[in-house]
Amino acid sequence: MLFKLTVSNIKKSLRDYAVYFFTLIIGVSIFYVFNAIESQTAYLNVSRDTREVIKIINKILSGVSVFVAVVLGLLIVYASRFLMKRRNREFALYLTLGMSKSRISLLLLTETVMIGAGSLVAGLLIGAGLSQVSSALVASLFEADMSEYHFNISQSAIVKTLIYFGIMYLVVMLFNTVMIGRRKLIDLMNAGKRSEELKVKNPVVCVIMFMIAAAALGFAYYMVGWRTTELEESTFFTYIAIGCVSTFLIFRSVSGLMLRIFMSAKSVYYKGLGSFTFRQLSSKVNTMVFSMTLICLMLFVTICALCSAFTIRNSLNRVLNECCPADYQAVMSMYYNGEEYMVLDYIPLDDEKIYEEAGIDPEDYFEEYALTRAVYDSSLNYEGFYGEYLDELLALDDDDSDGGLDLQEEPLISITDYNKLMEIYGREKETLGENEYFELCNVKKSEVPRNYMLKKGKEITAFGVTLKPKYDECINGVIELFDSYNNVGVTVVPDSVAAKAEAGVYYLTGNFNTDDKQKISSYIQKLSSEAPNPVLSALNKEYEKYDDQSIGFTYYAVTKRQFGEANIGIKALVTFLGLYVGVVFLITSGAVLALRSLSDASDSIGRYEMLRKIGADERDIDHSLFLQTVMFFALPLLLAIFHSLFGMKFAYFFLGMYGVTAIIPSILMTGGIILFIFGGYFLITYICSRLIIKSEIR
Amino acid sequence: MELLKIDHIEKYYGSRSSLTKAIDDISLSIAEGEFTAIMGASGSGKTTLLNVISTIDRVTAGHIFLEKTDITELKGKELNKFRRDKLGFIFQDFNLLDTLTAYENIALALTIKRLGFKEIDEAVNRVVAQLEITDVLQKYPYQMSGGQKQRVASARAIVTSPKLVLADEPTGALDSKSAKLLLERFSFLNRENKATILMVTHDSFTASYARRVVFIKDGKVFSELSRGDNTRKQFFDRIIDVVTLLGGDVSDAL
Repeated sequence: MLFKLTVSNIKKSLRDYAVYFFTLIIGVSIFYVFNAIESQTAYLNVSRDTREVIKIINKILSGVSVFVAVVLGLLIVYASRFLMKRRNREFALYLTLGMSKSRISLLLLTETVMIGAGSLVAGLLIGAGLSQVSSALVASLFEADMSEYHFNISQSAIVKTLIYFGIMYLVVMLFNTVMIGRRKLIDLMNAGKRSEELKVKNPVVCVIMFMIAAAALGFAYYMVGWRTTELEESTFFTYIAIGCVSTFLIFRSVSGLMLRIFMSAKSVYYKGLGSFTFRQLSSKVNTMVFSMTLICLMLFVTICALCSAFTIRNSLNRVLNECCPADYQAVMSMYYNGEEYMVLDYIPLDDEKIYEEAGIDPEDYFEEYALTRAVYDSSLNYEGFYGEYLDELLALDDDDSDGGLDLQEEPLISITDYNKLMEIYGREKETLGENEYFELCNVKKSEVPRNYMLKKGKEITAFGVTLKPKYDECINGVIELFDSYNNVGVTVVPDSVAAKAEAGVYYLTGNFNTDDKQKISSYIQKLSSEAPNPVLSALNKEYEKYDDQSIGFTYYAVTKRQFGEANIGIKALVTFLGLYVGVVFLITSGAVLALRSLSDASDSIGRYEMLRKIGADERDIDHSLFLQTVMFFALPLLLAIFHSLFGMKFAYFFLGMYGVTAIIPSILMTGGIILFIFGGYFLITYICSRLIIKSEIR
Repeated sequence: MELLKIDHIEKYYGSRSSLTKAIDDISLSIAEGEFTAIMGASGSGKTTLLNVISTIDRVTAGHIFLEKTDITELKGKELNKFRRDKLGFIFQDFNLLDTLTAYENIALALTIKRLGFKEIDEAVNRVVAQLEITDVLQKYPYQMSGGQKQRVASARAIVTSPKLVLADEPTGALDSKSAKLLLERFSFLNRENKATILMVTHDSFTASYARRVVFIKDGKVFSELSRGDNTRKQFFDRIIDVVTLLGGDVSDAL
């Protein structure tokens, strides 16, 4: 009997429960998919380094899972309490018919168990299906072969999902039991009558409140977005708090503000169902200011997380290709050490001979390679290089380009060496007159003072030769390979000038003569700077010739492959984290808004009936419902987008080193995900609400 | 001049095996400017009659004409337009929108006709003066008394200057003082504005304010009274006599 009642109850309130059930299923499947990544990655054929990265990522993901579980748990408790409230009359009926409270608790328990079991089974099935799709994403993220991949179901993820959601459902049962136990029969019976008083707010107070909130937000935006460099941890959290409180105040005052605006635009307000639409919406917003604030903040975090994740992901490859345009580079130098490891003077090395002694013939490894050197003129130091412009630049520096002036000694490279490198990098070559120079730079803050001087035609004196700038701004380019923008400045000079230097830093740069991964691995093993290394020992032999304690030497090699592998980890981590947190927050906000909208629609059936009786057009009613639903969903989203504009400005400041290059595609991808999930909730809500208010038509 | 003509209408509920005849062949004619009450006990079919006149429900057979239009033939949009332009409704439980102020509730009947704000404002101010509710205009329904709410609802019903005002137990949820106030306003509107009012009630006191009372029993017209030159008190006594004859629940009728 109890069972039958339960089933029929669920069936009856299916309309109310549909969104709840739907959300539970998505929650379960998302939880499973992200926890199944661990077992999926186990099958991937990846390098040892990547394997370590995967381990870390899985640890982080399982930590985030706890957080996600808490969020989903709160959502489930909220939703079930909300749905329970709607059934107070039903419980009152049971009580008046003589059913005991413990009996009702048992009824609710059975319901929760059934809904829980149903959602877990359905969610895990969908999750298992989804994770087959996601495995393709995982494999591509880790750049592993898909051919070795097979269908797999992660038992550990299933167990974890069951445990976490089991706990959540237990909490819900506890809540329900306590709630039923504490309510008096008279309260339950009267619950159906809407005693909810509409708090009438003074429009003037609202306008003032809104202004204050907007001003506070503006201030916080300014401090975070434009005074980013001055931020300290404590003040940063103050601004976050200001943002949260302002958001709350805005939602509290927005309907009063709108009312004030409409009062001065009466022809809009008193047109069709305008006043009705507005009052419906404002009563909804007014009764859930706190939830709206939370939803807005969740959406804000979602947008920023997704946008940053996609930006990092999209930028990394591009930045790598820009900053590391060749496969391999080895750097060696020998020098006299000064105080605090300052280089006093370089010692000449015969790089060709050293490689020969080491038994390395570049021809064996590289399709194309170049031996180049960078030289230094000690007169071109901080004061010498900036010269008469130093004071102006320092004044300029105050504004925002901190550290852009830092310089020990300007590296110089001959035009011939430059062109050799550009040949390998696949970039345009340059020509240079006998008394000309140009500059190379790819760091924004260093570019500012350099471009300033170049525009003024600043002459420099290198090894006694005075040179004029060929261009009035820096060329965007690199000499040294790296994984991000770090070329703060290199000056390209005529061969005759560079030749005056005896010694410098020696580079071997090249592109491998094969695409085969295995072969490249063996090349890297031979050419890497890890000891024991033949080049290192050859250099050491050279070093021993001098027998001087103040002499030091450096040798290191970088490969594009090594940078790329480090990127894989970052890419995978940010993608997983962004998607995980983003999707969970989106379904949480979507579900809360949808539940509230739907229950509001069924509470308003009478109002729509009334509208029909006084002859409102069916089209006007649909239009009003559509507007209400759109605005209800759009309000927190719009404010969140507004927050994000400044949040992302802040984030991009820190992402600058990765090079914020792919903003538009990142925004589009973020928008797509939000549109899909949040828009999906909106669509379901609108369609169901329409059915609810239509159902009473005769 | 005849405004409403009800021509042999019937309304059945249920299936063939268990048929309920809510209205069993009623014909009625109401002239323009008449204030008519329809009386009957619970289940007599009076509310069903009001529902089919107001096009909220459909007749099983027969026709209803309002100014030559057969309203039983109207469909979809025409129905909404008909209700909007020709009818005014007053309900027992007021049916005001609790989220809107009194002013907005009254204006709503005009805004759905897409009138300009100036026109709306003038019309609203005119009727609120007649119904003496100027001081509650900016209040919400929960801030008003039952009588005020019902007068606001009445204002909404007549603000569009409808051909016919339909009132379903308008005093049902009011105390006797508020009921008296409201009914005096109805008489005033009928007298001064020539409003045609059709009111359904089971309360003899309420009915005694009308100029004409039609009694319904078991879906049929039982009898009819016209006030003529009677005072309201005399008319009330005559109604009581018929109610007693009707055999309805006397306590209910009083």
